[in-house]
Amino acid sequence: MGSRALHPGAWWVWALALAVAASRTTNPLLLGLIIAVAGFVVANRRSDAPWALAFRLYVYVGALIVASRVLFRVLIGGEDSGHVLFTLPRIPLPAFAAGVSLLGPTSAEELLGGCYDGLRLAAMVICVGAANALANPKRLLKAVPGALYEVGTAVTVALTVAPQLVESVQRVRRARRLRAGRTRGLRAVKGIVVPVLEDAMDRSLRLAAAMDSRGYGRRAYLSSGLRALIAGCVLAGLAGVCVGVYGVLDGTSSWLGVPMLGAGLVVAVVGFVLGGRRVRRTAYRPDPWRWPETLVVVAGAGACVLLFVSARVDPANLYPSLSPLRWPSLSLMPALSLLVGAVPAFAAPRPPSSEVVR
Amino acid sequence: MIEFSHVTVTYPDASRPALSDVSLLVEEGELCLVAGPTGAGKSTFLGAINGLVPHFTGGRLAGRVLVDGLDTSSYPPRELASVVGVVGQDPLAGFVTDTVEEELAYAMEQLAVPPDVMRKRVEETLDLLGIADLRHRPLRTLSGGQQQRVAIGSVLTAHPRVLVLDEPTSALDPTAAEDVLAVITRLVHDLGTTVVVAEHRMERVAQYADRLLYLPGDGSVRSGPPAEVLETAEIAPPIVELGRLAGWSPLPLSVRDARRVAGPLRSRLQKLSVVGSTLSVTGRALDVREVVVRYGDVLAVRGVDLRVGPGEIVALMGRNGSGKSSLLWAVQGSGPRSAGKVDVGGADPASLKPRVARQRVGLVPQTPADLLYLDSVDAECAQADVESEVPAGTARALLDRLAPGIAGEAHPGDLSEGQRLALVLAVQLAAAPPVVLLDEPTRGLDYHAKRHFATVLRELASQDRAVVLATHDVEFVATVAHRVVVMAEGEIVADGPTKEVIVASPSFAPQVAKILAPQQWLTVDEVAEALT
Repeated sequence: MGSRALHPGAWWVWALALAVAASRTTNPLLLGLIIAVAGFVVANRRSDAPWALAFRLYVYVGALIVASRVLFRVLIGGEDSGHVLFTLPRIPLPAFAAGVSLLGPTSAEELLGGCYDGLRLAAMVICVGAANALANPKRLLKAVPGALYEVGTAVTVALTVAPQLVESVQRVRRARRLRAGRTRGLRAVKGIVVPVLEDAMDRSLRLAAAMDSRGYGRRAYLSSGLRALIAGCVLAGLAGVCVGVYGVLDGTSSWLGVPMLGAGLVVAVVGFVLGGRRVRRTAYRPDPWRWPETLVVVAGAGACVLLFVSARVDPANLYPSLSPLRWPSLSLMPALSLLVGAVPAFAAPRPPSSEVVR
Repeated sequence: MIEFSHVTVTYPDASRPALSDVSLLVEEGELCLVAGPTGAGKSTFLGAINGLVPHFTGGRLAGRVLVDGLDTSSYPPRELASVVGVVGQDPLAGFVTDTVEEELAYAMEQLAVPPDVMRKRVEETLDLLGIADLRHRPLRTLSGGQQQRVAIGSVLTAHPRVLVLDEPTSALDPTAAEDVLAVITRLVHDLGTTVVVAEHRMERVAQYADRLLYLPGDGSVRSGPPAEVLETAEIAPPIVELGRLAGWSPLPLSVRDARRVAGPLRSRLQKLSVVGSTLSVTGRALDVREVVVRYGDVLAVRGVDLRVGPGEIVALMGRNGSGKSSLLWAVQGSGPRSAGKVDVGGADPASLKPRVARQRVGLVPQTPADLLYLDSVDAECAQADVESEVPAGTARALLDRLAPGIAGEAHPGDLSEGQRLALVLAVQLAAAPPVVLLDEPTRGLDYHAKRHFATVLRELASQDRAVVLATHDVEFVATVAHRVVVMAEGEIVADGPTKEVIVASPSFAPQVAKILAPQQWLTVDEVAEALT
């Protein structure tokens, strides 16, 4: 199998499927497994491009989420029931905030609850991070429907200028020393921010000018009525999709979920197809969709579906009991189903290596 | 092919139009050089060809610009993309994708060229520009010359009838510039593309040009055959100045043509000798020993020894990426240094506090604007006085000597390249360092500004300062440098008096030296002085 970049869409479907799976459980063992699977695939199949290095950032954000959840439980917990671990002096609040208490006793149930909750969110964030690290954002932009091309310009400029921004901060900080200016602290900010922003502004304008003069966004003529219809379809469709996704994730309301998602998708697709007609482009050597792409998608979706199926058999496994406090258990079926998600680490082709020369 | 009729471009809050009542015609298949002092409206002229002016930049365009029969007032730049290809000054700033191949295809994708045609054109363009081996390389890892060629290729794939290039060789070393120029001339000769090039270093392009558009700076444009227009132009490459001095007519523009008519001049000069004084250096202002700079696995500077005496101007030359900048930064102490010693007046600047270090060594970086962050020239000068612990007004007085007549309330961002360079130099000189380092100072300067800058450097040297400048500009080196140090792959490969090092070198020899070889003359001024 030769090395090539996998279709970015495949990575996103895989990662989002894992995120959906993570959203359906608070079992720390399963969540840990999901994070491990995502991390394992990233470690095996990411390229050495700059965006691929961002995965670590998402892991930090995840850790921050867990820590802040726990911290908030301690701060505004104050439950006397359960196994009290330690008691902090309670800060009295005025009468109008009767239901809320600051500090006070902290129970193991509360801490664990915060930890599980945070871990679930962290796992979802890390899944998104995995997609970001694995898929080339610019290749993904190519797959963005023509109707969204204005957004595409902004995103392309941002994606190109952002990494250069880091470089120019380093350059300007180094130059600050030449003037014996401060390189840290508040007073240094102006000396660094002003030249960097001027530089970034300049680069963005030049990039936008270059894109413009190379034909970006040439459009065919459309009547204003049709344009309004397109905008309406896209907006209504996306709103529908958002509500639908909420319904699916919530899992309690039946009509909000799948039907709404489906209807929203249909309306949005109609809008995109209509809107795409006004921008005429072609793709040079588009990322092919071959069996590894299908396999990656099947692995992600499979892990998700299998987890849901196993939940039908043994729902308690997904939500470990907090009262009575019980050690979360890991049974074979959900664990195996999640491990399916790790298949891309072997099934996906290796990314092409770019020799980085300074 | 390109027709301007009564074109006047006015920007908001400008005191006078950037172009006023310009009427001219560029025929199909011409290579057209646009020249003139900085701020004369060259960029405005280039932008007007594909409609970036005024569609993108704002301002008002009166009159009519026709390109291949299309009026730019009714076609925005994106609609003209299949007719006019534009390559900006900094190719990296215009790249949209990540790899060479994708960049070449980008314009075609936007023009909805069918996939099989795209595939074919990408291959053809890779071969045409000689970059087939770079096809999968990330754009950021390419050298300057390669980037410029990819940038040209990326607009060529759309098969434009007109190619517009803004300063395509100004950032390149002489060899890379030759590669880019070879590509441009090939386009003109083989494909019949109409090419419009703006270039400060006219000596590089003038000989290939069919037409010269000279913008004297008052908004008008003089158009005609290069040799004719250059006879009266205020700024001219050395070869033209030598031709004027010797009274050659018509003016030769290539070294070959000049040599053929230079016989009488050479025999006259045979009996004369170069008047220039030889510099005797005593003492050491700067002593660099075994300096090594390493970035990760890459050795940028490998054990360089360099000694510079007070009053000496040393030019540091070499390919892009040969370690010149890294060496300068390491010497100043603000950049990384992995090993070696630097001694300036008994101390190592890297071990000193920045405030003290800049009183020993002043460095003007490649992008001088990095040092400026206040909103007026006066504020920058005042800040420099505080930083240098000198009486108020010192920096301003220096600035007035370097570039007289800059308004105090002007924003540093609005200054011309030459004025900004002078401002940063004044800021750095306020600390009165005995050693001054300059990284590519002549980028973007026209001949006038360069000449003025040369006198500034000589003045610094006469105050017993050591000056080291890293540059690609051979003509400038020929005028100012006492000594030339050539670097390659982080090592010093040649070090000696300017004449000895550059006259014999095929890529570093200035035009005058090439014309008058085997005699050793470097500049027109030298020749003029010997003749009088």
